[in-house]
Amino acid sequence: MTDISTQKTTRTQGKFDHLIYVLRENPVTLLAFIMFAFIILSALVGPAFVPYDPLETNASRALQAPSWKHWFGTDSVGRDVFSRVIVATRLDLSISVAAVALSFVIGSILGSIAGYWGGWLDSVLNRFLDTIMAFPLFVLAMGIVAALGNTIENIIYATAIINVPFYARLVRAEVNIRRDAGFVRAAKLAGNSDLRVLAMHIFPNALPPMMVQVSLNLGWAILNAAGLSFIGLGVRPPTPEWGIMVAEGANFIVSGEWWLAVFPGLWLMFAVFTFNLLGDGLRDLVDPRKRT
Amino acid sequence: MLKVKDLAVSFKTRRGDVQAVRGISFALARGEILGVVGESGSGKSVTSYALMRILDAGGSIIAGDATYSGLDLRNATERDMRDIRGREISMIFQNPRAALNPIRKVGHQIEDVLRQHAQATKYNARTKAIEALKAVRINDAEARYEAYPFELSGGMCQRIVCAIALACNPRLLIADEPTTGLDITTQKAVMDLVRDLIRERKMSSILITHDLGLAAQYCDRIVVMKDGMIVEQGDPKRIFIEPQHSYTRKLVDATPRQGESIRSLLPVEDRIDIPNHVVYDAPLLEVRNLVKTYQGKSGPVHAVKDMSFKIKWGQSVGLVGESGCGKSTTSEILVRLMDATSGEVLFDGQDISAIAAKDFAKNPLRSDIQMVFQDATDSLNPRHTSRHTIAEPLRQLGKMRGAKLTARIEELATLVGLPSALLDRFPHQLSGGQKARVGIARAIALEPKFLILDEPTAALDVSIQAVVLNLLVDLRAKLGISYLLVSHDLHVVRLLCDHVIVMKDGQIVEQGPADIVMNTPKDDYTKTLLAAAPQPPARRQKAQIPGGNPC
Repeated sequence: MTDISTQKTTRTQGKFDHLIYVLRENPVTLLAFIMFAFIILSALVGPAFVPYDPLETNASRALQAPSWKHWFGTDSVGRDVFSRVIVATRLDLSISVAAVALSFVIGSILGSIAGYWGGWLDSVLNRFLDTIMAFPLFVLAMGIVAALGNTIENIIYATAIINVPFYARLVRAEVNIRRDAGFVRAAKLAGNSDLRVLAMHIFPNALPPMMVQVSLNLGWAILNAAGLSFIGLGVRPPTPEWGIMVAEGANFIVSGEWWLAVFPGLWLMFAVFTFNLLGDGLRDLVDPRKRT
Repeated sequence: MLKVKDLAVSFKTRRGDVQAVRGISFALARGEILGVVGESGSGKSVTSYALMRILDAGGSIIAGDATYSGLDLRNATERDMRDIRGREISMIFQNPRAALNPIRKVGHQIEDVLRQHAQATKYNARTKAIEALKAVRINDAEARYEAYPFELSGGMCQRIVCAIALACNPRLLIADEPTTGLDITTQKAVMDLVRDLIRERKMSSILITHDLGLAAQYCDRIVVMKDGMIVEQGDPKRIFIEPQHSYTRKLVDATPRQGESIRSLLPVEDRIDIPNHVVYDAPLLEVRNLVKTYQGKSGPVHAVKDMSFKIKWGQSVGLVGESGCGKSTTSEILVRLMDATSGEVLFDGQDISAIAAKDFAKNPLRSDIQMVFQDATDSLNPRHTSRHTIAEPLRQLGKMRGAKLTARIEELATLVGLPSALLDRFPHQLSGGQKARVGIARAIALEPKFLILDEPTAALDVSIQAVVLNLLVDLRAKLGISYLLVSHDLHVVRLLCDHVIVMKDGQIVEQGPADIVMNTPKDDYTKTLLAAAPQPPARRQKAQIPGGNPC
């Protein structure tokens, strides 16, 4: 029994140890998690700490350049841009998280069914998803919001719908390659029903690539929501939201008041960048093979 | 011709440098075939990559010399190496399908290497490529020139790889596990061809393999490697008859041979008596006129054509055949993962083929029929720990929970010889033998009456195969399970089984008691199979092995 005695008897670490390990292993991941923590923090407690009320207008201090008093300057009706940018984080983040969660769930279910059972169900679902993807996605989202009405829920639904095909396809492929794997057949021999095999054995194995998709998608969903607001089909003024702020600020760039559009734009970029960086780290986190 | 002195290769990894090869020295004479034998991780492939200077990123030669006909291989420029590869030294890789570019015609791939080394011009490349194909005895070479790798069988692909390797008349051929994954008759054909070509062209060759029997049959000299070091080298016969090093002795012992008992695979000190298993004269499983037909693209494919056989209570039956003979389909049907087209499968008198495969998970008979899968790695969920994996059937079918479940898992781990510390590991943290044990523990968790073993040791090193086979013998005696061992390896079947069924093209060509079929085969196909298996030299007669013949 020498094949066993030579092995070191290390025990598997806990989830928290694993997180620490992943962060230490990859400095980019660590940076991404710090940036992510900053965004989460500004979404949670930002509104309580900003120096000014984001909605309070004051004509006497309109269009002031960035200064120690107003870090990001003020806008045309004298609102503090810094306060507005920070307060907007919560709204933008909730829209993207809700939309991504919704498309993750719907896409996973559709993709799992198509990948596992195949046949006509697979063909029908695939053609349906092809149809969605054949539309210019942003135009589709515009159409949905325009048809359903200009509310935050509808922005979430629209963003979710245009994202579903990506998840469904990914899950379908991941499930499909594992459909006849040895461990799946073994799970059936252990008395698992098809549904249980799919949910407990196959689907979790699709999680690592899904996490990369989720993370990239979060950034993309923020851009999408901001884009909808930018063209006037989303959150309505005066609610602070990065897209509207950029749209409003764009009018003032020609006259030299650059800070109105640049700072919300920078924040938008920062958020998207964070989520793009986060993907690999999240994947490493849910992949047990990284736990050695 | 080739001289290697104190060669050491090291790889940079996350956990510091790992020495894969630690100072090996050997020489290869002109016209000699040298066998490099070792188990996985012994550094035998790395040695050959180092000689060709095609080590993976992070790997480098840190010490020693390698000279080929006076040329220093360690310090040669990349430009010189490119010239040498293919023209002076060429290589045959393990997986012929992976070694060929899937989207190019095989003829073009041969032309590539010819033109790379200026052995052919644009105008005569085609003729020369067809000549190369003819040299490896491919029938209808003109037509094969146009084929894509996916249109050819594994053996045919390996011939193409040989053709590419030999196209420029190299002086040295390195064959890295050239027949792993090929059927036993194909293995013989490919190896015979390679040997003949090497002799014909007066080339030298290094054959890297884990199969000591194969090396003994085809090599002039054998080098045995372990943990990056050469532990022994010498004449194959001498190594078999009088192994000097303890590791060589262990390898020689673990290589299955004719006329030896299963215990003799183990080191001498572990050879305890073979426990007897009782065979009752009542059928546990009866297969009647089993037929399975798939709907293929070009008409129906007859995977299983009218098979009938019986397995008695406690009996171990071997199902032997080459890939595509329908043995896997048969086992899938018996284990109720697949429905048969027609025919009956009576398990303890009950027709289980009448129950659809998808409903069988809820049938009370589910826990009586279990299976050990071919590839232990593939059969374990990468996200589940060993404990979770073994618990799965106990939870789902045995309805066990809590302390009772934990106790049973520990008991099973002890039974299959898996240290309980390994229970909380994920599959990727286990070795091949450990994964095989987890798979067996899961299969016997519910004490099935009938266990299908689908090539349970195909992916394992011989020394681990020896341990696993002996474990199976012990379990059979302890638990009274009937086995159906599906295998292409006749030696393994001979060791473990009471009864043998030989299959070809979906039909049984011969069946009977193991020693009768193995020693006095009647059917030509059985004879071919037996002749194709490598015949390692017999061991010097030693003291009688206790326990005698298990069959």
